Amino acid sequence: MEPLLQHLLNGLLLGSTYSLLGIGLTLIFGLMNVVNFAHGEFYTLGAYVTFAGLTVASVSFVLAIPLTILAGMAVGAACERLLLRPLRAASIDTTMLVMIGLWIALQNAELLIWGGVAKSVPTPFSTQPVVVGPVSVAPLRLFVFAVSALLIAAAHLVLARTKLGKAMRATFQDRETAALMGVSIERIHTITFALGAGLAAAAGALLGPVFLVYPSMGDLAALKAFSVVILGGLGNFAGAAVGGLLLGVAEELGAGYVSSGYRDAIGFVIIVAMLLCRPSGLFARAERVG
Amino acid sequence: MKRVVGVVLVVVAGTAPFWVWNAYHLHTLIMAGIFSILAMSLNLLLGYTGQLSLGHAAFFGIGAYTSALLTLKLEWSPWVGLLVAILLPALAGFVIGRLALKLRGAYFVLLTISFAGVVSLVSVNWMALTQGPLGLPGIPPVELTLPGLGAVSLRSKGAYYYLVLGAVVLAYGVCRRLVHSRLGRALVALRENEPLAESVGVDGTHYLVLATIVSAGMAGAGGGLYAHYTRFVSPEVFLFTYTVTMVIMVVAGGKGTLAGPVVGAVIFTVVPEALRAFASWQWQMLLYGILLIATLFFMPRGIVPELADGWADHWRPRPRTP
Repeated sequence: MEPLLQHLLNGLLLGSTYSLLGIGLTLIFGLMNVVNFAHGEFYTLGAYVTFAGLTVASVSFVLAIPLTILAGMAVGAACERLLLRPLRAASIDTTMLVMIGLWIALQNAELLIWGGVAKSVPTPFSTQPVVVGPVSVAPLRLFVFAVSALLIAAAHLVLARTKLGKAMRATFQDRETAALMGVSIERIHTITFALGAGLAAAAGALLGPVFLVYPSMGDLAALKAFSVVILGGLGNFAGAAVGGLLLGVAEELGAGYVSSGYRDAIGFVIIVAMLLCRPSGLFARAERVG
Repeated sequence: MKRVVGVVLVVVAGTAPFWVWNAYHLHTLIMAGIFSILAMSLNLLLGYTGQLSLGHAAFFGIGAYTSALLTLKLEWSPWVGLLVAILLPALAGFVIGRLALKLRGAYFVLLTISFAGVVSLVSVNWMALTQGPLGLPGIPPVELTLPGLGAVSLRSKGAYYYLVLGAVVLAYGVCRRLVHSRLGRALVALRENEPLAESVGVDGTHYLVLATIVSAGMAGAGGGLYAHYTRFVSPEVFLFTYTVTMVIMVVAGGKGTLAGPVVGAVIFTVVPEALRAFASWQWQMLLYGILLIATLFFMPRGIVPELADGWADHWRPRPRTP
C-alpha cells in the first residue's frame, strides 16, 4: 500500500511540471496551429538559464525562476517574430519543418555553449526528505509543485479573466472578426507564442534542479508535452493541466511496477493509444482530426 | 543536354573506385549511397504523400538489427539477412500505415516519432537480444559467389561501393516506376486535395499504407547495407539525428522529385565530411538546423526544381518581341 501512495504522490509532483509544458504547447499547437517541435528547447533553455543564474550570476533560486520565464518569453517572442510571422500564409507542414530546424539549431547551440556534460543545479533546499505519515518527499519537489500550481493558476487567470486573454481566444477563433474588432492579430500571435515558451522555460527551471541539465534534455520533454496535449485535447487548457498530472502518475506507476527502463516509453504509448482510440483527447467534444 | 549530363553521371559513378584512391573518400561515397536510399525512401512519404515520417530512423535501425542478428545468431547468409531487412521494416510500415488510418499531418508525425521512440528503448533494454548499449560487433561481410571465382567477400570498400551503387540504382528505379504508375498519380492527387481525390474513387488510406510499406522497406534495405558495411550496430542507429539528416536531404534536394533526394544525400554527406576538419559535429548540426530553415524561407521547393527551372529558362528560345 505504502509504495502505491508514494508512487502516486511522486507522480502528481512530477506531473505538475508536465502540465506546465503541456499548457505551453497547447497554446502554441492547439491555438496557433504551429507544430512546435522546438518546445523542448525552451524547456532546455529554461534549465540552462536557471543554472547560469545560480552558478554564474549567483542570484537566488526564487529570483532565478521569474528571470528564467522572462528569458524564455523573450526568446519565444523573437522566434515567433523572425520565423513564424513571415510564414503566416504558409502551410502547417512548412512551419513544422521550420520548427524542427529551430529545434536542431538551438539544441546544438546549447551543446556548443555548455558542452555535453550533464550539470546539476545547486538549490537552497535540503536533500533530507520530509516524512508525512506513510510517504516521504523531498522539499525541492514540494516547492516545484507549489510553483507549478501557481503558474498554472496565473496562466489560467490571464487567459480567462483579462482583456488580453479574451483577445487571444478571439484571435484564434476567428482572426478576421477579431481584427475588425480592433485586436492586433500579429501582436497576439507573438504574445501567445511567448507565453507558451515562457511556460516551457518555467518547467525547465523547475525540473532542471530535480534531474540534471544537459543539451538533449528537451527531446523527451517535447514528446511528453505532445502526449499531454493529445491526452487533454488540442487547445484544451484544463485538459492539458489534468493530462500532465495523468502522465506523471502513469510514468511513476510504470517505472515502479513494470520496468524503469521503459519509463520514458509511457509517453509514446499514450500518444499511440490516444491517437488510435480518442484522437480528440480525453475530455474533448467531438472534433475532427487532421 | 540532359542526356549528356546523364551519361557523365553514369560514367563518373560507375568508375569511382578506379580513380578515388583515398579509402576515406570512398567511404564517404558509400555513405552517400546509403543515405541516398534513405532519402529516397523518406521522399516517397514526405514528397509524394505529403506525410512526414519522423520515425524513419526506426525502419533504418530495424533493418540494420534484423540483418545483423540473422547473420550473427542464426548464421544465415547476409543476402537473406538483407532480404529480411527489407521485409521486416516493410511489415512495420504496414502496421504503422494501418494504424495511421485517418491520421494526417502532425498526427502522423507524432505516431511515427512515438514508434521510433519505443523501438529505440527496446533496443537499449532488451539486453538478451540486442546486447543493449554494447551493440553487436563482428557482423559478417557480404559474400558474392561468382561463377569460376568461387565465393568473393565484399570486404573491400571498392566492392562494397558497387553493391551500394547497385542498390541505389535499384531504389531509384523502384521510385521512378512507382511515381509514374497509378500509385504515384494517386499519391500526388491525395497530397494536393484528399477529399477531391477520394470523391473520384482514390482510396486514401489504401495508398498511404502502400507508400509507407515501400518507404519502410527501402529504409530497412539502407539499414541492412549499413550493418554489413560498418559490421557493427548499436542503439545509435535509432538516433534522431539520422531522421533529421534524411529530412534535410529531402527538403534541401527537392521533395517530390526523383533526383532531389539523391542530390541532397550526396551534398549532405560529402560537404559535412569535407567540413569535418574545420568544424565539429555540433557546428555541423547547428548548420543543418539553420540550413533547413533557410531552405524553407528562400528555396522552399529545393535545389533540384530551382536549378531545373533556371536551366530551362536559360535554354528556352527567347520569344521575339515584335
